[in-house]
Parts: sequence; structure tokens; C-alpha cells
Amino acid sequence: MKGMTSPIFGNLDWTVTPYTDLLQQVNSSTIVSAGAASVLVLGGIAVLVLFTWMGWWGPLYRNWLTSPDAKKIGIMYVTLALIMLARGIIEGFVIRAHQATALGTLARPESGLVSPDHFAQLFSTHGTIMIFFVAMPLLIGLINFVLPQQLGARDMAFPVLNQISLGLTASGAGLVMISLLLGKFGTGGWTMYPPYTGKDFSPGEGVDYWLWAILISGMGSTLTGMNFAVTIFKKRAPGMHFMRMPLFCWTSLCVAIMLIYAMPALTVSSAMLALDRYAGFHFFTNDAGGNMMNYANIFWMFGHPEVYILILPAFGVFSEISSTFSGKRLYGYTSLVIASMSIAVISFTVWLHHFFTMGQSAGVNIAFGIATMIIGVPTGVKIYDWMATMWRGRVRITTPVVYLTGFFLLFVIGGLSGIILANPSIDYQVHNSTFLVAHFHNVIIPGVLYGMLAGIHYWFPKAFGFRLSETWGRRTALLFVGGFIFTFMPLYVLGLMGMPRRSPTFQNPDFMAWMYIAAFGGVLMLCALASLVWTFWTSYRNRLALAVPGGDPWNGSTLEWSTPAPVPEWTFPRIPHVDKRNDWGEKKRAGDPWKGPETYTDIELPANTALGLLITGGSFALGFAMVWHIWWLAVLCCLALPGLVALRGMRLIEPKIIPAAQVEEADRRFRQQVASLAPASRADEETERNRGVPDISEFAG
Amino acid sequence: MSENSLYPGLNLGDKHGDAHVQAESTVFGFWVFLMSDLIIFGILFAGYASYLDPIGLAGGPGPKELFDINSVAIQTVLLLVGGVAYAGVSLTVKYGHGRGNLVAWLLVCAAFGAGFLFFEVRDFISQAGKGGTPQVSGWLSSYWTLGGLHGIHVFCGILWIFAMIGQVATRGIDDVVKVRLSMLGVFWHFLDLIWVGIFSFVFLVPLA
Repeated sequence: MKGMTSPIFGNLDWTVTPYTDLLQQVNSSTIVSAGAASVLVLGGIAVLVLFTWMGWWGPLYRNWLTSPDAKKIGIMYVTLALIMLARGIIEGFVIRAHQATALGTLARPESGLVSPDHFAQLFSTHGTIMIFFVAMPLLIGLINFVLPQQLGARDMAFPVLNQISLGLTASGAGLVMISLLLGKFGTGGWTMYPPYTGKDFSPGEGVDYWLWAILISGMGSTLTGMNFAVTIFKKRAPGMHFMRMPLFCWTSLCVAIMLIYAMPALTVSSAMLALDRYAGFHFFTNDAGGNMMNYANIFWMFGHPEVYILILPAFGVFSEISSTFSGKRLYGYTSLVIASMSIAVISFTVWLHHFFTMGQSAGVNIAFGIATMIIGVPTGVKIYDWMATMWRGRVRITTPVVYLTGFFLLFVIGGLSGIILANPSIDYQVHNSTFLVAHFHNVIIPGVLYGMLAGIHYWFPKAFGFRLSETWGRRTALLFVGGFIFTFMPLYVLGLMGMPRRSPTFQNPDFMAWMYIAAFGGVLMLCALASLVWTFWTSYRNRLALAVPGGDPWNGSTLEWSTPAPVPEWTFPRIPHVDKRNDWGEKKRAGDPWKGPETYTDIELPANTALGLLITGGSFALGFAMVWHIWWLAVLCCLALPGLVALRGMRLIEPKIIPAAQVEEADRRFRQQVASLAPASRADEETERNRGVPDISEFAG
Repeated sequence: MSENSLYPGLNLGDKHGDAHVQAESTVFGFWVFLMSDLIIFGILFAGYASYLDPIGLAGGPGPKELFDINSVAIQTVLLLVGGVAYAGVSLTVKYGHGRGNLVAWLLVCAAFGAGFLFFEVRDFISQAGKGGTPQVSGWLSSYWTLGGLHGIHVFCGILWIFAMIGQVATRGIDDVVKVRLSMLGVFWHFLDLIWVGIFSFVFLVPLA
């Protein structure tokens, strides 16, 4: 950093790690950053040792990393997201711990656990990680796993491209992770507004880490959106008309369309900022005709649809679980479809409410304020639909329903504070305060996080063949609900008391009581994280007792519940023919739903390929080289990445063929097993008697 | 499957069997991807318009000093004729006129594309010589980015043409290659579409 740029190592040298800072000065801030870097290094070494010791590298490579199977890709996305979630929650806790100790005095204005610069890195990585590397992979992973199964398709439209999208997302996540050890992350928040993040005010690698993580993973998300859209338009099973699709598929379609149209805006704003930083352009600089307001506009043209990209899959999950766990048909299917699509469209017309105070005319602000209030209407329609679905149903208080209940209570509060902020004149008072921080956490945590965790709990048996512990699942859910309330409700109060967001320090002792409550909430969130990990671990240990080989543990009504758990690679022995909405439920109503197909045919699946893995490596190296100005490596990657694609194009690639006999054998075994298992009644759902074959006479969905 | 539910552009037609069916989703997907590319260009167009004022020009050279409308007209002709030439590729594939014709038409397209790039790069160099580098003003940054991105697209298109010639040579005109040539066609025409926007809004509007 300090010296010249080396032709081989760029700006990298031995002084970039946080250990240098620790050696220079030992204080709580340097200890925290060195500790975080050590967790990364030791965690990496632990994984290496564990995988080598257990001989897992071969299976990992053959069965997972080279697999173009959307279901496995989905599981890998979710795994990536959960790892990043752990870092994000811990960072959130450190932010709360810092502010609880950050009361400054006149004599000593800087106070608290970490230094102001470190604090700025913390909230920047926390936001970046939670949006781009937790929420996005969670929902993309869940859609990957569920969507083809619900549509009656074997895979995504473009399986190898899907693998590449995962690889690009993982590269971006890798860049954010490596910034713990090598160098610093940007300090401009997750939005990285210039001109502060331009070269003049933010030299060094921090902003570049953000830029390349975003550019690379954003490319992956765009391709994913295209893949989802084509899958939904072209790969539906025969008879699966649009208005027969489960609601989760509809919200996936909304997400796909929004990804296609919103992600390019982020690509453009990041690329422009990169040109400013690397090539001395003047898009967003203070001088020479730069205009930073363009950045705010372009970024939020992505940023606002992004909010609904995050929330709509959760709405899809809540639609599925509210119906399944109350044993009722989804209320108002058509209105939910219309509401989802309305949200998708209106979400592109509200971006300006993120910067009401930037100096537009009052007329412009009012137009966007009204659009913002209008988008609350379809969301309200949905809440009523789900409540009406549960009304007079036989509701089972399973883990997903606990999340759903928490969502009902909290999301509505978050939505209402959003309506308050949508009023420009009120926004002038509370913008950039912790009131806003409380508001967006209040929609994202109960919306996205609860929704995705509920979805994971709901579909976990389909992926792994055993249910998750309901006891621990409910404890986790309650901890996340409690943790949220204690952490973020005080921030509403603090915001109204005038506390700006992202404050590394403050001088008002009246804040302290609320700060302590919020810090306590942070502890609860940590407990929730631990409880989540424990849920997976304890369920894994009890996997025999929790096994549901019948594949339909919740008496569901959509196609994915007709297959075994875990679901085989080919998903369906024969592509189903769909006659009605909730086809699997209708088959239950009509009598024996587990009737096998009469004949079996060979199944063609895409062959495994290492292309995704190579592109992951190449794109990570490209991002890393650009961050550290290692130009030779960047050029090499720029040649290698298209070269890989071109070379693959020259080769003839044979698909993998699963012979009919193998499919038939596996399928007949499954049918026999279903016949031999005792059907479990609703009351037995959480007991060992639930083997994945429900009592179909109880089906009422 | 009715003809009008297929992807846009020249369809392969029913007698191509599997390739025709594959193209249904693959070319459609590529078309969807190009729509997201179109958003990128759309935002850059909007950006260009916003920098086209005295503040954005920041005292640097402006359109009247830098733009050579004759050269731009030549570029337009080259690119659009190159686009028309792609019809030769599409028709050769559709009616099975053989490998030699196909490669010849692809080379014609690449030649027109390269001609376009030659004049565009020449303009960029002469503009830089007149003090119009992208580091001078916000307007010049956005002009170079928009024009440059289109130029990079044309360059990628030419690379893609040579990759396809490589594929035709190694694997022949099989179903996969037919589908890829259909995608390349959509891409090649997309470049014309963007250029019409650039020609009109980037060059003609400020000169008018």
C-alpha cells in the first residue's frame, strides 16, 4: 500500500493484514479486526483439514461442485447464504455492542469498542453481505430448489448457466470475505455513494472490493433472472397453465422479471464508479462536470426493485405455508397473483423516495411519495389473503407458522413506518436517522429472513429426507422474533430523538437506555443464530427418527410433494400431466395419488461439468487482481474467461442418460415403501409416526 | 406450436426438427438477456442526455468540435449493411446451403463489423487528439462509455463470429450450432438497433 505498485503483486504486501495494525497498536478495535481475520483463516484451515481427513473432496467435487442439477445448486446457494448470514449477524452484534459503548465526552469525543473507520467498514460489509450475499442467495437458492419441482420440470432451462451464476455469486462473496484478511473494505455504506467513494476521498482498495463483488455477483443475478424467466415461460409441465401455477412460482416469475430489468442499473452505476476510480472519468466527481445525483438515481433504480426482489419470494413461501399448515385452500389466488404482479411493476416507479432530500422539486417528491403509498395497497391485499386463508383453518403451530405469525405482527408495523416515511415532509425530519434503519430492518427481517427460514424449514425434508426439529425450530423462530423486537424497536425511538444512522459516536446520554436494550436484542440475535445452527445439528443427529421417505410430510397440495424425500436427481420418473391447480391435492381428493406411471423411459440429464468451478476461480481472480492492481493477472483472466466458454463451445457434450430400468426400479421401490408406511394423521405430524405419508382422508387444501 | 409464439427473428422452421424446438427456449432466453443489456444502454443514454449541458461539458470540447458526421455516416452504413448481410447466414442455415457459403457470409459480416470498428476507433483517436479524452468532462466520460460499450459489443460480436466459424469447422452445422447462429443473429441485429439510437441521440441531437 505504502510503496510503489509492484508489477507482480500489485499493491499487495505484508502490511495489508489487520495483524500489522495490531502490532502497531493494541486496542479493542485492532483486536476485533485481527480476531475476525483469524476466524476466517482458522475456519478455512479447519474446513481443509476436516474435508481431507474425512475424504470428502472427491464426493464434494463429483456430487456437488460440478453438478448442474438445479436442486443441488439451490442447496449450495442456501449454504453460502447461511455462512454469510453468520458473519452478517455477528457484525450486526458488534455494531450494537459498539454503539452501546460509544457515548463520547467533550474530553474524549471518540469512544466505543471499535475505531470510527472500523465501524464504518462494519456497517458497510454488514449491509453488503446481508443484501447481496445472504438475502439474494437465500431466495435464489430456494427458487432453484423449488421452482422446477413445482412446475413439473426436471431442471432449469439452462442448467450449466445456472452453475455459472452460482459461481459468480460465490466469487463475489469470496471477495467480501477475503477483505477481512487482506486490506480493508469500503466505508461508504452498502450503497457506496460517491463522491465520498471516489478516488479523491477513498483511495485504497476498500471501495474496489465492493465494486468487484457487486459487478461479478450482479452478473450472476442477471443471468439467474433470465434462467428463471425462461424456465417459467418454456419448461412448465403439460397442462400447467399460468393460472394453475403455485403462488411461489408466480412470485418467482415476478422476481425473474425484476432481476432482468433491475440488475443492469446496478451494473451501470458500479461500472461508472469503477471508471471514475480506475480511469479518471468524471461521472460522479465534484469537479469537471461530474454529477453524483446520477449515481443516487441509477443505484436506486436498481435498489428499490431489489427490495421487492427480496420480499416477493418470501410472500410466495408464506402463501404456500399458510395454506398447507391450516389445511385450507389458499384464499384469493387470483388476487394474490394480481397483487404480486402489481408490486413487481409499481416497484420500478418509487425509487426516488430514497433521496427525497436531494433537492428535486416538491412536485416530483409528491409523485414518488404517492407511488410509494400505492405500493402498500397490494401488499395489504396479500396480508388479508393469508389471514383469510388461516381463518377457521385447522392451524398447526409448526415452525413456519411461528415465522408467519411473527411476520404478520412485525411486517405490518414495518410497512406502516414505511408509509410514514413515504410522506416527503415527514421524511425531511427523519431521513438518515435510525428511524429509517429501524424501518428497513423491520421489513427485511420479518419479511425476507423469516420467510426464507420458514421456507427452508418447510422444504428441508424434500432436500435431505428428514424433517428439522420442530422444538428447536420454534425456539429459533421465537428468538429471531424477540431479537428483532429488542434490537430494532429502540432504534425507532432513537431516530425520533434525533440520532443519525451510522454514528460512530454520540454525546447524548439520554440515548444510552435505548442503546442497552438494542444491544440486548443483539445478544438475542446471536442466540437465535446459535439456535439455528443447533437446529440443523440436532436434527441431523436424529435423522433416522425424523426421516420422511414418503416425501409428503405436511400433507401438501403442490407437485413437489409427490416425489420421494430426498428427491431423486431426475425429480419425476415421468413428467406429470397437470389437470388442475394444486394438482397433487386434487389427486389426493380423487383417491390413490401414489399411482406410478405405466411405462418408463430413459431420462436425459445435463452432464456434470467443471465449467462453473473454473469460471468461479477465474472471476474471483479477476476481481482480486483488479482490487489490488495486479494487472497481469487481470489481463490473463480477461482472456481465460471467454476462452473457456469458446473452448466448451467447440466440444460435443453428451448428456447423462439414466436408463429406464434404473428409474423404474427406484420408482417402484418408492411406491412399495409408501404403501408399506402407516399414514400419519395431522395430530401425529410432529411425531416419529410422520414418515412422509399423510392420511389423505384428512386432506382439505 | 404456432409460428408467432417463437423467438423473434428469422426462425429455423419445422423441418429442422430438434434444433427448431431447442431454439424455442434458448434463443428466447438470449433475447431476454439482451433486453437486460438494453436497459444498460438505456441508462447510459439517459446519462448522456443529463451530461449534455454546460455543467456536464465543464469547459471541455463539445460535440461541434469533436464529431465528424461524415465518419459517423460511414460507420452507420457499414454496420447496417453488415446487419443485412447476416440474413445471408440465416438463410444459408435455414435452407441448408452448405458450410462454404455459411463461412463466407459470416466473414462478410465480420468484415463489415471490422470496418465499422476501424472508423469508430479512428474517430476516438482523433477526438483524443483534439483534447476530447474521457478524463476531461462528465459529458466526455459518458460519450466514451456509451460509444465504447457499443464498440466493445461489436468487437465481441466479431469474436463470436470467429468462434462460430471454429465450431462450424470442428463440429459441422449441427443442431447446437444452428441454435447458436440464431442467437448470434439476434445479437448482431441488436447492435444495429443500439447504433440507430446512438446515431440519432448521441450524434444528431447535439449537432442539430
